[in-house]
Amino acid sequence: MLLEVRDLHVEFRTRDGVAKAVNGVSYGVDAGETLAVLGESGSGKSVTAQAVMGILDQPPGRITGGEILFQGRDLLTLKEGERRKVRGAEMAMIFQDALSALNPVLSVGEQLGEMFVVHRGMSRKDARAKAVELMDRVRIPAAVERVGQYPHQFSGGMRQRIMIAMALALEPALIIADEPTTALDVTVQAQVMDLLAELRREYRMGLILITHDLGVVADVADRIAVMYAGRIVESAPVHDIYKAPAHPYTRGLLDSIPRLDQKGRELYAIKGLPPNLMNIPQGCAFHPRCPKARDICRTDVPEVHAVDEDRGSACHFWKECLNG
Amino acid sequence: MAEAIMEVGGLVKHYPLTRGVLFKKQIGAVKAVDGVDFTLHRGETLGIVGESGCGKSTVARMLVNLERPTSGTIKYKGEDITRLSGRALKAVRRNIQMVFQDPYTSLNPRMTVGDIIGEPYDIHPEVAPKGDRRKKVQALLDVVGLNPEYINRYPHQFSGGQRQRIGIARGLALRPEIIVADEPVSALDVSVQAQVINLMGRLQEEFSLSYVFIAHDLSIVRHISDRVGVMYLGRIVEIGRDAEIYDHPTHPYTQALLSAVPVPDPEAREKRERIILAGDVPSPTNVPSGCRFRTRCWKAQERCAEEVPVLAVPSPFREPGGPVAHDSACHFAAEAGVVEGQNNGPG
Repeated sequence: MLLEVRDLHVEFRTRDGVAKAVNGVSYGVDAGETLAVLGESGSGKSVTAQAVMGILDQPPGRITGGEILFQGRDLLTLKEGERRKVRGAEMAMIFQDALSALNPVLSVGEQLGEMFVVHRGMSRKDARAKAVELMDRVRIPAAVERVGQYPHQFSGGMRQRIMIAMALALEPALIIADEPTTALDVTVQAQVMDLLAELRREYRMGLILITHDLGVVADVADRIAVMYAGRIVESAPVHDIYKAPAHPYTRGLLDSIPRLDQKGRELYAIKGLPPNLMNIPQGCAFHPRCPKARDICRTDVPEVHAVDEDRGSACHFWKECLNG
Repeated sequence: MAEAIMEVGGLVKHYPLTRGVLFKKQIGAVKAVDGVDFTLHRGETLGIVGESGCGKSTVARMLVNLERPTSGTIKYKGEDITRLSGRALKAVRRNIQMVFQDPYTSLNPRMTVGDIIGEPYDIHPEVAPKGDRRKKVQALLDVVGLNPEYINRYPHQFSGGQRQRIGIARGLALRPEIIVADEPVSALDVSVQAQVINLMGRLQEEFSLSYVFIAHDLSIVRHISDRVGVMYLGRIVEIGRDAEIYDHPTHPYTQALLSAVPVPDPEAREKRERIILAGDVPSPTNVPSGCRFRTRCWKAQERCAEEVPVLAVPSPFREPGGPVAHDSACHFAAEAGVVEGQNNGPG
C-alpha cells in the first residue's frame, strides 16, 4: 500500500462547540491506482485529504486520533521539517480553484520553478527551463512565450493545467486532487481529466480524487469510498458500486441524479439535510434520512461489514440494500 | 403545441469597450449575445445550455428586463417589452419573474424571510392588500416545502437548498406566468438538487408556469426541459425537442458537448467515444468570421469562414416527421448519436 489512512479522527474547535469533521476514516491507495472519495459538502472528504497532506489549519483543526502511513512511515509522527520534504516532493495536491491557489503576483514560470529551487536546489535559470518543459508536458501551447505570464492571463482550463504541472513537477508518488474540475466547463473538464489520467498512467502515481460528481467518478476511478458525516459508509471497486450499492446513502445518491441518456420522471430525493457536524445523530448518522432505518439504526453505530473481500458497507442492513 | 407566450427575435447585447476618460471612444464591443431567436410556449420548459461566457445569463437578464438589449425584440403575448417603460413595464414584469443562481447572495441577509418573499407586494400592492400579506407569504412557504412558522427567520438560518426554496417562493409571489431560472441548482449538493428540481416540476403543474431554465449541466436540463437550445459564443447553434437534441444532435458543438459529459456508469467508459475539443472558446470581443465555432471544429472548411450558417432545419433532414428535423446552424450538419451506446436501459 502506498498510502494507508487508519481510523483518522479530526475535529474543529469553534466558538459554538466542537465540530467532528472526520470520525474514524480508513482508506488505502496503491501505486498506480485511482481512489475516488465521494461525498457532499461537509462530509469530511476534503478535511481528510488536508490531514494526509499536512495542510490542515491547526488550530482550529485538531487530529485527535489515527495513523497516516505513507510508504510505511506514519506521517503524523514526523517533525514539521521532515513533513515539508514529503509535501510537494513525494505527495502533491491539486486544488479546485486554480485562480486562488496560484500566486497572482508571480509569473507561472516562477511558481513552477520554485519547486525545483526549493526542493532540488536548482539555479533560477535551470528552474525556468524545467518550468517550460512542464508546461509542454501538460500541453500548454507556446510554453516558451507564456512562461513569463501571470495566472490572470490564462483561461480557467489552462490555469488548472498549470496546477497539475506544479503537482507533477517533482514526480510525486501520490497526487491528491480536490475537486479538480468542478470550476470548469464540461468540454474543458474532459480535457483536464484526460490529461490527468494519462499522466497518472505514465508516472504510475497513486491518485486520490475528491469529488461530488458521480459521473466523473464512473469515468476515472478504480475504487470508490463514499463519505457521510465524517465516516466512510461504503467502499468498493467502481463497477460493483454502480451496479448494486450496498448502502442506502449510495443508492440514494445514484438515484437522485438526472442522467443524460435517460429522460426521467420524478427524481428520487433523499429527504432532509446533511447533519450538523456539531450534533451528529446517534447510532447511524444517516438514519434520520434513511428509508430503511429501524430501531437498531437509532442506537448502534454500524460497523463496516465485509460485503466482499475488497468491499465494505457501514449499514446494519447492507444485505437488504444490495438486493435493492 | 400550445400557444407562444414569449417570442424572442434577433436579440443582441453588445457591451461597448471604450478608451479614454474625457473623450470616450468606442474601440470595440463584447458581443455577449449576438442574434438569438426562440419561442417559449405556454406551460413548457425551454432549457438553454452552454458553457461559461456563451451569453446564456445575459439572455436571462434581458428576458426579465434587468438588461436592455442593444437590438432585437422580446414579445410577451405579442407585445414587444423591450421598448416599454413606466407603468406598462411594471405590469409586464409582474408576469415574468426570475430565480437566481446563488441562494447565498441573492437574499438580503438583513431582511427576514417574510420581508423577502413579501417585498414584491410592496411594488405591486394590487396583488395583495396589506393585511393579507402575512397569510400569503406563509402560504408560499408552505407551497415550497418550508415551515410557515419560519416567517421571521433570517436567511443565514437556512441551508443552501432551503434558501433556494425561499428564492423560488419570492419568484412565485406575484403569480407570474413565466419564470426565468438562471442555474437554480448548480450551487446545491446532489441530494438537495433533486429536491429542488422536483419542487420546480411540481410548481409548474400547480401554477401552469412556463420556464426558461438556464444551466450548464446537460443532464439536469434534459431532465426538466421539453425543448432545449444550445448556445455558443452568443448564439443558439441548435434547438429542438429534448430527444432531438440529446439523441439526434446534428451540430458538431452539441455533439462535442454531449460526449464530454461524464455518465454515471463505469461500464460506459470503454464504449464511449469522446470528442475532445481543441483549444478554448474565442473571446466575445473578437468573434471568428462565418461560423463562430469553426476555430474548434473538426469539420471546418473554407465555407465556414465565409458564410454564417443560419439556424434552420438543415437541407438533408427536411423530410417531415423525421426525428432529426430540428434547427441546427451548421453547413455540414450530420446526425451522430453520442449519448447512445451507453444507454442500456435503467439499472
